[in-house]
Amino acid sequence: MSERITNVMKTEFAAKSINEAYARSAVAAFAALCDPSVSVIADIKTVVSEAVTNAIVHGYAGFENKQECIVSVLCKMTEGNKLIIRIKDKGRGIEDVHTAMQPLYTTDTDGERSGMGFTVMQSFTDAIRVRSTPGKGTVVTLEKRLKR
Amino acid sequence: MEIGCKTEGNTTVAYILGEIDHHNAVTARAALDEMIEQLAPIRFGIDLSGVTFCDSSGLGLVMGRMRKCQTVGSSMFIKNPSAAAERMLAIAGMDRILKIERGK
Repeated sequence: MSERITNVMKTEFAAKSINEAYARSAVAAFAALCDPSVSVIADIKTVVSEAVTNAIVHGYAGFENKQECIVSVLCKMTEGNKLIIRIKDKGRGIEDVHTAMQPLYTTDTDGERSGMGFTVMQSFTDAIRVRSTPGKGTVVTLEKRLKR
Repeated sequence: MEIGCKTEGNTTVAYILGEIDHHNAVTARAALDEMIEQLAPIRFGIDLSGVTFCDSSGLGLVMGRMRKCQTVGSSMFIKNPSAAAERMLAIAGMDRILKIERGK
């Protein structure tokens, strides 16, 4: 049974790497309203950074006008202090989500991406869902219980 | 983010202060590669004690610098990783393949 939603926050920004810090700080500030531990806040910042980086680097790869490429982040807090974060882009989408989520898998060719983004998201959250349509975009939904 | 380095004898230790994400990693990569290429020290360390945030871009940064060090014959190590950096190294099992120096 789904839990009652007690608070909601939404933010949207251009798919520019400088906004990665803004996105994780905004979600961390929202999460902090229910007073989680420092390590839980660190987990939240890390997973948001991973998902937003994926949207910017992969989702909107090859798009020219980055100002018009929008990443949206929707956060919901439940009565039981579960934080649900939905990171959405309207970019290229992922052909094979299962393969993309394998540890060390990367499409990067210059050796600077570790291919650990989804593994980090899986490790630091309680649940992850990835819905992607090639040519339409990707929605990553992360859930984490902030405290019991 | 702030980056610098100190050389003592045959060892150069670079330090990174602040947050390592995909955005900052680009700057860090250029700065560290310049140090490695110009100094080509026998031992090259990256001091991560001042890293306040690190996502998987930090792993890519470390993996890429390991390869860079190999090309100039430097032996690379990580020095005093902060909690943020350490857990990221651990998640990729890099704490087992990289030399990590603690203390001092």
